Amino acid sequence: MTVDPITLSVIQAGLQQVCDEMDLTFSRAAFSPVIAEANDRSDGIYSAEDGSLIAQGQGGLPVFVGTMQYSTRTLIEMIRDGRAAAPKPGDTYIVNDPYLGGTHLMDVRFARPFYRDGAIFCWLSNTGHWPDTGGAVPGGFSASATSVEQEGLRLPPVRLFKEGVLDSEIYAIICSNIRIADQRIGDVKAQAAALTVGEERLTALLDRYGDDVVRASIDALRGRAAAQMRTLIDEIADGTYESTAWIDSDGVVNEPLAIRLTVEKTPGALSFDFSRSSPPCMGPMNSVLATTHSSVYLAMRHIFPEVPISAGAFEPLSIVGCEGTFLDARYPRPVSGCAAEVSQRIAEAVFAALVEALPDRVTAAPAGTSGNFALGGHDPETGRNYVMYQLSGGGYGGNADHDGLANGCSTIGISKAPPVEIMEQNFPVLYHRYALREGSGGRGRHRGGLGLDYEVELLRGTARASFVMDHGRFGPQGALGGEDGAKNEVEVWRNGAKYAPEHLSKEQDIPLRAGDRVRVRTPGGGGYGSASERESDLTDEDRRLGRA
Amino acid sequence: MAGGRVLGVDVGGTFTDLVEVDAGSGAIRIAKTPTTPENQAFGVLAAVDAAEVELGRVDLIVHGTTTTTNAVLERKLARTGLITTRGFRDVLELGRRTRPQAYGMKGEFRPVIPRDLRIEVPERMDAKGRVLTPLNEAATRAAILELLDKGCEALVIHFLHAYANPVHEYRAAEIAGVLWPNRFITMGHSLLSETREFERGVTAAVNASVQPLLERYVARLRSELEGRGYSGELLVMNGNGGMVSSRHVAHEAAKTVMSGPASGVMAAAYTGRRVGEGNLLTYDMGGTSTDVALIRDGAAPVSNEIEIEYAMPIHVPMVDVRTVGAGGGSIARVNAAGLLEVGPESAGAEPGPICYGRGGTRPTISDANLLLGRLDPAKLAVRGGVTRDAVAEIFARELGRPLGTNAEGAAEAVIRLANAKMAGAIRMVSLSLGADPRDFALFAFGGAGPLHAAALASELGVPRVLIPARPGLTNALGCVVADLRHDYVRTLNRPLDTLDMGELHEVFAEQAASGEAALNRERIEVTGVTHSFSVDMQFMGQSHVVRVPLDAPDPSRETLRTRFERVYWDRFRVELAQIPARVVNANCSVIGASASVDLGGLIDPVGRMARAAPASVRAVIFDGEAHDTPVYWRDHLPEDVRLDGPGIIEQFDSTILIPPGDRVEGIADGNLVIHVGSAA
Repeated sequence: MTVDPITLSVIQAGLQQVCDEMDLTFSRAAFSPVIAEANDRSDGIYSAEDGSLIAQGQGGLPVFVGTMQYSTRTLIEMIRDGRAAAPKPGDTYIVNDPYLGGTHLMDVRFARPFYRDGAIFCWLSNTGHWPDTGGAVPGGFSASATSVEQEGLRLPPVRLFKEGVLDSEIYAIICSNIRIADQRIGDVKAQAAALTVGEERLTALLDRYGDDVVRASIDALRGRAAAQMRTLIDEIADGTYESTAWIDSDGVVNEPLAIRLTVEKTPGALSFDFSRSSPPCMGPMNSVLATTHSSVYLAMRHIFPEVPISAGAFEPLSIVGCEGTFLDARYPRPVSGCAAEVSQRIAEAVFAALVEALPDRVTAAPAGTSGNFALGGHDPETGRNYVMYQLSGGGYGGNADHDGLANGCSTIGISKAPPVEIMEQNFPVLYHRYALREGSGGRGRHRGGLGLDYEVELLRGTARASFVMDHGRFGPQGALGGEDGAKNEVEVWRNGAKYAPEHLSKEQDIPLRAGDRVRVRTPGGGGYGSASERESDLTDEDRRLGRA
Repeated sequence: MAGGRVLGVDVGGTFTDLVEVDAGSGAIRIAKTPTTPENQAFGVLAAVDAAEVELGRVDLIVHGTTTTTNAVLERKLARTGLITTRGFRDVLELGRRTRPQAYGMKGEFRPVIPRDLRIEVPERMDAKGRVLTPLNEAATRAAILELLDKGCEALVIHFLHAYANPVHEYRAAEIAGVLWPNRFITMGHSLLSETREFERGVTAAVNASVQPLLERYVARLRSELEGRGYSGELLVMNGNGGMVSSRHVAHEAAKTVMSGPASGVMAAAYTGRRVGEGNLLTYDMGGTSTDVALIRDGAAPVSNEIEIEYAMPIHVPMVDVRTVGAGGGSIARVNAAGLLEVGPESAGAEPGPICYGRGGTRPTISDANLLLGRLDPAKLAVRGGVTRDAVAEIFARELGRPLGTNAEGAAEAVIRLANAKMAGAIRMVSLSLGADPRDFALFAFGGAGPLHAAALASELGVPRVLIPARPGLTNALGCVVADLRHDYVRTLNRPLDTLDMGELHEVFAEQAASGEAALNRERIEVTGVTHSFSVDMQFMGQSHVVRVPLDAPDPSRETLRTRFERVYWDRFRVELAQIPARVVNANCSVIGASASVDLGGLIDPVGRMARAAPASVRAVIFDGEAHDTPVYWRDHLPEDVRLDGPGIIEQFDSTILIPPGDRVEGIADGNLVIHVGSAA
């Protein structure tokens, strides 16, 4: 059956709408701020045969571009092999195992088979970042774990809902292994409700246009998305492009990790070869293959935002050579840094490789770290334990059009950082400074954006400070003759004496007492083009405004 | 005001609209003239002339203006300085660590106040409002003098945690009051005393930097009107859908941002209430965008969290109007996948659609309506010499060929896809507010709204479309029917279990008293004063809040809990009985009701005929087939008209499309209702 392009356009919009309504339902109903406000979640539709991505909500966190097709595919294979229970209508699987097509443990996936006339027509799946899944540290971002068991509870795909009913026994096991378990039911209900909305809306779409038309449209749209991506990547001249991006260390062994990328462009195809990258590491800066693939897709979508997210768009992109590197870690390697940090460095490698070929579209390197500073302690005034997270932005790369943005969100995120006033209301801390980091943007024709400079004091009791950041050893790369942005800097002032983490940007459980301070200066963006070509009025303005 | 003549005049991006109602005789005058962007007052006077209004006989003028909105969006602002807490002068530029769009690593942001006009002084409160560092008055004085020296006309004083204790802001403003040559001083906590230093600071900065502009504009307009014999009061619309005296409006100038869209929603709510339609989805489609709002039980929703563009939050109470994209100028194209796309690119007002004859060459939604006969091709002759054939040729070449169809087929595809996407966007707005669109009637206005409304309603499963008598003058009508209104928000941020209920009751009492005092300052008679009280609540551990309406200003703890749980269930379908709740804000609105206005004269009854007779018949394409479609002039239709589609109803400010299968019915006040899918 062939479907005319006009009907295809309408059905494409309809599939997109189903996913967007799932995203909206999930966020609106979720309990946790990380999902409800920070939108650290994603929803999509996946094929019944191999789990490939049919459509994904536009409101999803960028890091989830394409990830769930790997977990869904693994689930389908496990059901076929009898390693996972066979589905029935109304069942919902839960899974967070990183090695089964996942990211880190905190990203918990639900997957539900969607039936038409007694057969599975497709899968609906979503991911939500749970605030805690157990493990050595609250929140799951241990900077020094050496195996996945230290990172939290790992769930293989099991049916948390059986024919629509929550399995209270499985749920009890989960709740016994995670922190603040009493609030989790709010997120579980929201995550399931989003899939139910997806079922309702997809049913309406199929009833309106007919199953055969929609099925044929899905196939045709896949082919057309591939063709669209081929047309766009043909803006890149055929040839070989190379880059290297560095991670400071794995948090355990203080040596840099290299992502060495060779991009090979042939007509209508791009191959990304990571085979010269570092081997798997001891600490949690490993990536699992699904996350590595998603990171490449994410980078390509930053470059070509006009392509809808679907398996077809990924078809012309092949990703090879990850086996044996830290970008394809296997059990029991720790992986908590993969989604927040390694993914951003993979994106940086893609940007750095392609900026010469696509100088109008690609920027110099952005700060590229989530800037995670966690403070856990006891507040004697309230008598309660707390964990505070300060996520911070950094400068974006200069680009063909203008200077980089200051204090931009991580490459893989879209969520806002909390205001200083909220932090001071909720935790026993006082900020002394929350400012632009002067002089941090890499010089260039268009300079990198400025990073953030903040300093915070512990007011009461004792606490432990942990850092999972990056770009402490090398600044974000300049492009086309631009200079690198400033490096990330962490200073801890204890009893008036300065302490700098040995791993520069990563350390766990630094003890603090009242009066101690933490100062963080986040990276500036890389510069774009030679600084000697910068227009003099831009230079003057930087001087006048104290940005240089 | 009762018995008098009230004139509403709204300045929009392209047109200035006017409605004058004579409450005594019921007579109504209307006009629509081009907006004059350099000085909006000229356009206002032109509209007054066009409607042949005698200003000497007008009792009250209510004015909606885009002066402040445009100034912010174009950053044509008064030179403004900031004095703030040491260590925090960059808050206004750092924002909340975001980027303009999810995908694409480019983006720019221009803060309202540049860095060299942001000065820090030693001072600090903690989160409970206790003084950690006293205000350094010498440094404050020096900062004020430095900003004056740098040519600042307006001043913002914005200190951390001033919502908890504003004493330093008051003292600094007192010092500034002596040195500053004018009244343009805004304290951070004064517009909305809420936590969140970026949002509060931007709101204050916007307020200060538009104050001088609004004050000058209003003064000029007032003197122009007085020069023409007007001696009454001039009121200005606020974004909360209420109006305030032009003598006070500049004090809280930020509240006038987005007042145009708000005023349209107020008119919709008023029109709906008069005909018993309390639940409306308003759908305002103009040339560049479409605005949507949700009216429940006759009331327009107000939000404190509007962001008017990327990283530009203005946190004062405003009617919650959402822009959902496509307008008549949205451009259609075939992408590299061979699929049709409509928007987000727009031809805007300049050059506009091809059919405007101002040099537009790319296919738009308006052009598609023209090719399908839904807009009158005969009117093209007066527009820059563009012919229907020229439009058709572009459609055939740019869209028809790659899609395998002709120009008309391509035009229908453009409308079909645009409607599907608009319906999707409207669903998202409605769902995000916890409402199912099928429980609402669609209220269609704006020049292009009534052209798409019936098809959209069908797509949304909405049974009825309400089309007001003057769809293209709705914002001006909003000025005429608006009430006086003052809103107050106080952050409490306490667990429900330990909240001092006496304190809450006191806050409500203070808010109500402030509102009444503000109403008394206006020189306008009101027919009654109403108060509405609500609290914003959340479960502990959450960061988003829901608004819980209250019947009275002295609720019990138990009432708050049960009301909150009910609202939460209605909105999210989740029950969380085991989790404790928190009261975040106490809110109070004080509304002084205007005299009721009779809308029966919006279409002059004298012009109506006994039977509907088409002025002409033209071919209009529906589902690939040309239908001979009668075209009616709305002012000539009998008030109780009933017609089955297909049909077109034209009027000077809009065009209404009745697709085959739908039925249109005339009801009170000259409104029309389209019953979707119920033609005989």
